Amino acid sequence: MSESPRYPIEILQRLRPPAPVKLGGRVVEVAGGEVRLEDITGSVRVECAKAPPLGAWVIAEGEWNGVVVVGTCEVLTAPTGAFPRAGGDWPSFQADGAARMRALRARAKARRAVRDFFDDRAFLEVETPAAVPSPGLDLHLDAFPVAGVDPPRWLITSPEYQMKRMLAGGAPRIYQLARCWRRGELGANHQPEFTMLEWYRAFAGSAEVMRDTEQLVAHVARTMLDGSTVIPGSGTPIDVAPPWQRLTVDEAFRTFAGVGVQDVLPDEERFFRILVDQVEPQLGRMRPIFLTHWPASMASLARLDPNDPSVCDRFEAYIAGIELCNGFGELVDPVEQRRRLRADQERRVAEGKIAYPIDERFIGALEEGLPPSGGNALGFDRLVMLLLGAESIGDVMAFPTERL
Amino acid sequence: MADTTDLKKGFKMLIDRNPFVVVDCQFVKPGKGQAFFRTKLKNMQTGAVLDRTFKSGEKLEKADTEERGMQFLYKEGDQYVFMDNETYDQMRLSEELLSDSIHYLLDNMHIDVMLFEGRPIGITPPNFVELEVTETEPGFKGDTSSNTTKPATCSTGLVVNVPLFVDVGDKLKIDTRTGEYVERVKS
Repeated sequence: MSESPRYPIEILQRLRPPAPVKLGGRVVEVAGGEVRLEDITGSVRVECAKAPPLGAWVIAEGEWNGVVVVGTCEVLTAPTGAFPRAGGDWPSFQADGAARMRALRARAKARRAVRDFFDDRAFLEVETPAAVPSPGLDLHLDAFPVAGVDPPRWLITSPEYQMKRMLAGGAPRIYQLARCWRRGELGANHQPEFTMLEWYRAFAGSAEVMRDTEQLVAHVARTMLDGSTVIPGSGTPIDVAPPWQRLTVDEAFRTFAGVGVQDVLPDEERFFRILVDQVEPQLGRMRPIFLTHWPASMASLARLDPNDPSVCDRFEAYIAGIELCNGFGELVDPVEQRRRLRADQERRVAEGKIAYPIDERFIGALEEGLPPSGGNALGFDRLVMLLLGAESIGDVMAFPTERL
Repeated sequence: MADTTDLKKGFKMLIDRNPFVVVDCQFVKPGKGQAFFRTKLKNMQTGAVLDRTFKSGEKLEKADTEERGMQFLYKEGDQYVFMDNETYDQMRLSEELLSDSIHYLLDNMHIDVMLFEGRPIGITPPNFVELEVTETEPGFKGDTSSNTTKPATCSTGLVVNVPLFVDVGDKLKIDTRTGEYVERVKS
């Protein structure tokens, strides 16, 4: 067996020909005395006297003349069955394969950009568990149970409880790219397993976190789009440069549906119908927008607005009609938090859903004292999708659920 | 009884006693809110398309539709007569009901007829049909340019845009889903 190949295919394009090369790849085309090798970084043609079989992994050795490699191909492994297989893993033989290869490389770049952004601002990257005693009690979120463990565990729907415990534990600026799971969610903007970018900032509220959000998105866009902040969105180009527009939920309802929030509530189904049918599709079409001042009944883990207790300190950002994130000025009052979680449990039972336990250690952290804090949970897959102009988050994942 | 888990492209359902087919379906769910399915539905009788949003879990009524293989026999006035391949029953469909599909009907052709509660409401022609050109401007011999096109009328009355080399008497492969010329068929 030969020593390791020296060049991934991409680097070949940067060599000045003629140059001696030795590189590994997979044979994706055989025509006469010529084969084409491919990997996720690109493809190259090799002229060789003895052609390897289609699908073989080979090491090509010879001279790169700027167009082809002239030399030999040594077969390392060859497929034992048909190649390519239907539904197989070689991307360029999938209908959307070339786009997926590009997306996965862009996604890796976006991850690095996110880390650079937060590291530069003295945020600590953390990792919290995937399997937890309580996955959160939101009425409309259902968790995957972990089978066969005692005491029971569920996969997180967001890393919120544990990250807030770290805030209370003395880590005032933290972020995490966390894998999350939500049952029954599948569509262009949903996958049951996805990546959440979540961050918390002590001594801050939603205003500071909204600023983080717009600067972060602009930074990631510049990194991925050669310095530009204009993203393809879903059709019309959108400039994500800060500052983003801010609109209250009530203003948005009046503008796009001609009805005030108080005229709709307490009918929550009607509220959400109007939101998804009339309001959301209009949001962030030219520039991203923050929707702020959500109704107090939808506060979840946000504090109420100190100036108007009918609304809460919660925001969401929209780009191209797609919800990108949900952030809070965090509720730090343990008594109020427990009251809300109990009410959530009751609502879940009334709807015939599992009432997950209240995470007493999370409440304990609030009792010990949480600094006033802001936090945000941003759908990382959606961000990558929007930056690339992809049609679904599954297109920017290596294995969306339908490929498992 | 069906529910929203059945919603996908091609699902046929009843709304106010009318059969609709789902042509587009999107799962939408605010992060902190209820899940919905935003759909585009096509009325299978009129072709009209409407937007409808269903709450996740909502009950739906499946449409009692059935596709039956039939043979097109002949045209009589504005009526088209078909015969069921299995029962040999004959069925008459009006020109109005068939609308654009009449352009793809050739004598003795086998097609699927859509029945709703036993009544015919439309047909699905094969994806591709071969039609003969009855009228077109003459083209230049040997012109294989594909950038320029001209109109050609086919035996069924369908008018399609074709490359210049197509002549009267040529057989053309037509995509019935788009109504567009695919290629000239070697005869």
